[in-house]
Amino acid sequence: MDVSNIQDPMLPRRYRVAEVWEELDDVATMSLLPIDGPPRPFKAGQFNMLYAYGVGEAAISISGDPAVPERLIHTTRNVGKVSAALTRLRAGDMLGVRGPFGSDWPVEEQKGRHMLFIAGGLGLAPLRGAICQALADRLDYEEVSLLFGARSPNDLLYRSQVAEWGAFSGANVEVTVDTAARGWTGHVGVVTTRLERILNGQDHANVSAFICGPEIMMRFTAQDLVELGVPTDKIWVSMERNMKCALGFCGHCQWGPDFVCKDGPVFRYDQIGRRLAMREI
Amino acid sequence: MEIHGIKDILSGHPVFKDFDEETLDLLSGCGRNEHFKKNTLLYAEGDEADKVYIIRKGDVAIEIAAPGRPSIVVESLHAGDIAGWSWMVPPYRSSADARAMTEVSAVSLDANCMRGKCDEHPALGYQMFKTWLPHLTKRVRAQRLQLLDLYGTG
Ligand SMILES: Cc1cc2nc3c(=O)[nH]c(=O)nc-3n(C[C@H](O)[C@H](O)[C@H](O)COP(=O)(O)OP(=O)(O)OC[C@H]3O[C@@H](n4cnc5c(N)ncnc54)[C@H](O)[C@@H]3O)c2cc1C
Ligand code: FES
Repeated sequence: MDVSNIQDPMLPRRYRVAEVWEELDDVATMSLLPIDGPPRPFKAGQFNMLYAYGVGEAAISISGDPAVPERLIHTTRNVGKVSAALTRLRAGDMLGVRGPFGSDWPVEEQKGRHMLFIAGGLGLAPLRGAICQALADRLDYEEVSLLFGARSPNDLLYRSQVAEWGAFSGANVEVTVDTAARGWTGHVGVVTTRLERILNGQDHANVSAFICGPEIMMRFTAQDLVELGVPTDKIWVSMERNMKCALGFCGHCQWGPDFVCKDGPVFRYDQIGRRLAMREI
Repeated sequence: MEIHGIKDILSGHPVFKDFDEETLDLLSGCGRNEHFKKNTLLYAEGDEADKVYIIRKGDVAIEIAAPGRPSIVVESLHAGDIAGWSWMVPPYRSSADARAMTEVSAVSLDANCMRGKCDEHPALGYQMFKTWLPHLTKRVRAQRLQLLDLYGTG
């Protein structure tokens, strides 16, 4: 991203928590309002560095709709010190925000094609903005599909919104879980088991796929899509690496020749597919 | 009449679509239409794998029961999916329960009949394994991914 218009990209701006939604046991979503000036526009797939005062900073994807930049939305899973502090924030609390940073999902460019979103677990958060964007222009895409996998029915993120996308917004939505108790009437099985079905009867060469989830899930899903005939330059994935500066200075997020903070997090599969399968980096 | 219907169903299925007329005639002779009420078992773990089912309508849960715990659904099958792969591999025993989650219509193929046809016509047996194995390997791979608990931390 062009950081030249940000006065000091290392300086967090103050935001206030407007609302908090407890999504899952260890996952919370919050909406933020700026204190120090107007809201910053962002693109779907970009991330912010969120600073929990006195604790530290973490890279968290923006999961709101880019058409509504005044509502900055982030969904965080509590995995460590900073994310724990972020998920503890309540309405009225303050935090620091740097960003937005990084590359975005090329949603507009896929018009006329079958837009397939594939999310695993918390991977739905970085895709949410892109899904909202595609559904706002639904008729410009041949088809909009979401394939969403989670560990169990209790781990499904944004449950009501996912149902709404399927019921009212013209998206073809498939949800699948790894295991379930008897009584769950949806799909059971990893996302790759649903690919053939969701693409059934479609021209696979006209599919554009955005995949976000754990790295192994993205690797296997992309491989299967290619096997089904989806072009490698029509598949994008979103990578995560530890971040510090988020500006391409410190090298913390280096992944092969790329810095995930600046060249990513969204990468086109034909440019990184081989690297995705390497275990050394 | 029924045999004809079953042949049409088989020829439209990805696993059988490349089989020639004669082979489809042979296999259709092993088939019949079946219906299951919601919550009934197509087969139970440990049962002799005497049938393989091609699901035509409805949803089937593959469940594993553990003592003292409620059954866990580890896979769901839907129209077009195949249930009961154990018919192909000794000792021909089902390795899980298959429960109808809804009303289910399926074509069942009698495993003894199928194995008999394969023994009689080795070329058919070879073709059968060649077309079915990729489906099996896909499922094994999917189950490996499931074991990794992929999304737990993602
Ligand atoms: C571009 C980008 C976007 C991201 N978007 C989000 C988001 O939208 N929501 C979100 O919750 N997180 C997101 N993350 C991940 C988040 O930045 C890290 O989880 C961060 O390390 C949390 O900091 P911490 O101090 O809480 O945990 P740390 O102290 O850094 O880590 C604590 C423990 O958690 C493990 N850990 C670190 N990261 C992860 C992870 N991603 N998943 C599971 N375990 C992990 C570590 O190995 C360590 O054992 C994103 C990361 C990147 C690079
Ligand atoms: S985080 Fe410093 S270079 Fe990417």
